[in-house]
Amino acid sequence: MSVQLDARPPVAAVPPVRPDRTIRLSRIDTKWSPYLYIAPFFLLFAIFGAYPLAYTLWVSLHDWDLLGSNPAFVGAENYTRLLADPDFWHSVVNTLGIFVISTVPQLLAALWLANMLNRQLRARTGWRMAVLVPNVTSTAAVAIVFGVLFGREFGMINWLLDLVGLDGVDWKSNRVASWVAISTMVDWRWTGYNALIFLAAMQAIPRDLYESAAIDGANRARQFWSITVPLLRPTIIFAVIISTIGGLQLFTEPRLFHSGTNAIRGGPMRESQTVTMYMFENAFAPYYNFGYGSAVAWLLFLLIAVVAAVNVLIIRRLGGGAGKGDPR
Amino acid sequence: MSRLWRASPLTYGALVVATFLSIFPIWWMFVVASRSSDAMGQLPPPVTPGGNLGANISRLFANTDAYFLAGLINSAIVATTVTVSVVLFSTLAGFAFAKLRFRGRNAMLMVIIATMMVPTQLGVIPLYLLMTKLNLNDRLPAVILPALVTGFGVFMMRQYAGQAISDELIEAARVDGCHTARIYWNVVLPALRPAAAVLGLLTFMTTWNDFLWPYAVLNDPENPTVQLSLRALSDGYYQDMSQVFTGTAIATVPLLLVFVLFGRQIIGGIMEGAVKA
Repeated sequence: MSVQLDARPPVAAVPPVRPDRTIRLSRIDTKWSPYLYIAPFFLLFAIFGAYPLAYTLWVSLHDWDLLGSNPAFVGAENYTRLLADPDFWHSVVNTLGIFVISTVPQLLAALWLANMLNRQLRARTGWRMAVLVPNVTSTAAVAIVFGVLFGREFGMINWLLDLVGLDGVDWKSNRVASWVAISTMVDWRWTGYNALIFLAAMQAIPRDLYESAAIDGANRARQFWSITVPLLRPTIIFAVIISTIGGLQLFTEPRLFHSGTNAIRGGPMRESQTVTMYMFENAFAPYYNFGYGSAVAWLLFLLIAVVAAVNVLIIRRLGGGAGKGDPR
Repeated sequence: MSRLWRASPLTYGALVVATFLSIFPIWWMFVVASRSSDAMGQLPPPVTPGGNLGANISRLFANTDAYFLAGLINSAIVATTVTVSVVLFSTLAGFAFAKLRFRGRNAMLMVIIATMMVPTQLGVIPLYLLMTKLNLNDRLPAVILPALVTGFGVFMMRQYAGQAISDELIEAARVDGCHTARIYWNVVLPALRPAAAVLGLLTFMTTWNDFLWPYAVLNDPENPTVQLSLRALSDGYYQDMSQVFTGTAIATVPLLLVFVLFGRQIIGGIMEGAVKA
């Protein structure tokens, strides 16, 4: 009888036989308690996630400082100023540079690593843990450690370069070199993680595809590019989007790669200041220029959306081309 | 099984190199943390631990620029609170989305998935204004409140609940007269335990690591999170690198400990999530 308490249409259509208090209460329960369970998420996200993001737009239209008692509406002035601000564009170029230098090798290395982890291995879990361990370290700690590894005088990287007869590089005040150093630490952290994501997708590929390809005479490399990569396309797109959202907001690594009072500028000549760092520099101590900082945030938001869309298009195009050779 | 998949010695060789690259920076962090400060100026750089760890630790905790102990305690408070909250609210909402029927369910689930794509970090300025208004600047609740729920957590629990809990089980509990809250507590939560544990571990590690927002809102040097203590150490006018590295090592130990104990589950969680995504 209490099967009727189920709110599913076929059962609920039957008129209740005994509409006593218990049944009414449980009807209320089944109807309304789901909303109660999802309410905390929506409530907290609305206050601390959605509202601040939307309100950023409002703040960006004002001349808004720390006192902020009566911020003046200035329309698009922050944006026009920003679009003519060389330091902003400098940070955009830095961010895109670091993003490209880090993401492309990272995803290729992750594919390669996943392909190796996908073989019959002794101590499977051990290898997986080994490639994932960089991902579970403290980002701030790693940024500081890499900052020292890439030191000019006594850094281990320059020492190694010296051993093989190359000149040391000034990793902190050469612009492109600082991008490479920061990309190295981003890749160190994320390659293993992405490899595991790709590995999971690879394991879902039926093995007889490879067997018939082998019978047709396709070697390992050919199988990898003609079967594995095309079938992994959705996962690769997912990884690219996640890397784009994360990579374009890069902050902790470049911030702590540098040290001292001007580290938020990413080096003496802003060599590796990312857009998020530029937002931070303007919005918080010492300037507290909230309006200008908010304009930076919104332009970064746009940049992320555009780059993510472009990336998906590129991957679609590339994957589509490779897919034509698919031996299925 | 097909011999296509056998690993060659070359595979093992490459994996050994990958493992070395993964572990070396962490190893080296502990090496420098256990030596005296002149280890930094040595070439070739030392790669074996020294005997100075104890002395470095006591100097670190006595350092009045870093407030390292306060940072550790604060980070533990923040990460624990956030973890409990995320697991609680995610299992509740995940259960509702996977197993309960209500109007607007699919639309709201889409909203949750969309929130995972939104760079909420870009909202830090209004968040800062909000915390100023609430008089929470420089205080831990300012760090805790925005982290109490994540779309990722809800989605993950929804996916797991969908496959781990059969509709019959919930039906049977209803027939026995259980109201929904009881079903959540007695049926759903125990069934979700493995996935909830992974979510808890991932949340703890992310929160422990969080840097940008605490950096923006906690400006009182005496009340930092551990990552902010590290920043203070690293930006210090006079840098004693063995002390800085002792700090980075201590800040990393809790994460490594979690990973050594539960690495298998964390890997399982990441890989399962990937297939469904």
